[in-house]
Amino acid sequence: MNHAAASAAALTPEAVWAALDGLCDPEIPVVTLQEMGILRAVHLRPDGVEVVITPTYSGCPAMEHIHDDILSTLRALGVQAQVTTQLAPAWTTDWMTPVARDKLRAYGIAPPAPCASPTPASQGQSGIVMQFARPLRAREVVACPRCHSDNTTETSHFGSTACKALYKCLACMEPFDHFKPY
Amino acid sequence: MQSAPLAHLAHLAHSAHIDYLLHLADNALVLGQRNAEWCGHGPILEEDIALSNISLDLIGQARLLYQHAATLKGDGSTEDRLAYFRDAPEFRNYTLLELPHTQALVGYAVDNRDYAVTIARNFLFSALMALLWEQLQQSTDAQLAAIAAKSLKEVRYHLRHAHDWLLRLGDGTDASHQRTQAALDHLLPYTQEFWTDSAFETQVAQQGVGVAVTRVKHDWETLVNNTLAEATLQRPSSAGFVTTGKLGVHSEHLTFLLGEMQSLARAHPEGVW
Repeated sequence: MNHAAASAAALTPEAVWAALDGLCDPEIPVVTLQEMGILRAVHLRPDGVEVVITPTYSGCPAMEHIHDDILSTLRALGVQAQVTTQLAPAWTTDWMTPVARDKLRAYGIAPPAPCASPTPASQGQSGIVMQFARPLRAREVVACPRCHSDNTTETSHFGSTACKALYKCLACMEPFDHFKPY
Repeated sequence: MQSAPLAHLAHLAHSAHIDYLLHLADNALVLGQRNAEWCGHGPILEEDIALSNISLDLIGQARLLYQHAATLKGDGSTEDRLAYFRDAPEFRNYTLLELPHTQALVGYAVDNRDYAVTIARNFLFSALMALLWEQLQQSTDAQLAAIAAKSLKEVRYHLRHAHDWLLRLGDGTDASHQRTQAALDHLLPYTQEFWTDSAFETQVAQQGVGVAVTRVKHDWETLVNNTLAEATLQRPSSAGFVTTGKLGVHSEHLTFLLGEMQSLARAHPEGVW
């Protein structure tokens, strides 16, 4: 796109979305910010464009990178922009598009299952309290992204980033990452 | 126009609100810093990674809370100023969270770090926060409610990690059982501080900003007792001296922790990458 044209009066939210379409998650460079559900909104303001993003995990070190990527992409188009971080509603893996899930699988990361409707930890009194440790422990079937076998086992609750767990396929014996439902 | 007593009350409410945010933030930062000591030194690679990830979550939560507190203070404070330029008496974390990863009476020797202590503490604290964050989603402070909703997702994974390791260590070998029991005997008395009243907690509970922590005590006790029973561990007595970290009166360990954590920022104030 011609720089001067982009900054001209015809700037629309759709044009901004399109401009940001190519930006990928720095830690999983096969999925875009839109497909991840990180990019929440674009607002045209009198003084420029406001892009709203939401963090995945609180301490995700990629957020500053994402922030800078958005600003530099829009600046290259001659668009004055600011990035706002919005916490609520909290990001969930349920916002990942089906396309993102397919791309993750093709990349070797088992995509997250849909999040169960949250069970309140302290529903009423005793007994139910163990619930919030339990549903996660209930054996979720995580298929191997390579050979698609369901015969897999969790090696560790935490993997190469906070959002992933380490798994091993017992059929093809390959280790793989699983994007945790969040 | 507010009368003088009303203005005074509003001021008290405002400062209790900030103290409460700092209490939650300091808890997260101090435990995040402690657990980060395992980075590069974990007992196995997977646990090295797990503890680093848990620290990252905790430090991320602390940042959100400090930013919010700085905004409310409105005096030009920043998250960095609150984290790096306050001294130990201004920190409002539970004493439990600043203790080294060692059994009682070992001192602070790095060589004596014991993973059983790390796991037992993470379990006791994560169990509390899983219950508290859930309640705080209904805070009248919308930003705190938003932070709670995010943190709740994270602490559930922390609790699951600590819970599973507590079972494995408690119901493991004689050595792992004995060390985990000793860790609980050492740490459980520090949890008394969770339930003691403080002026700022009482105030925020009345405002609807915070939660009276005693509201989750029953569920916390149930969770702890059930897990210890499953792990074949004894529930030790939690009597004795009640610590006062959340009031700013700490053990000697916090100063060492802050000394290490704050030295870089203080050597290069306002420095940026």
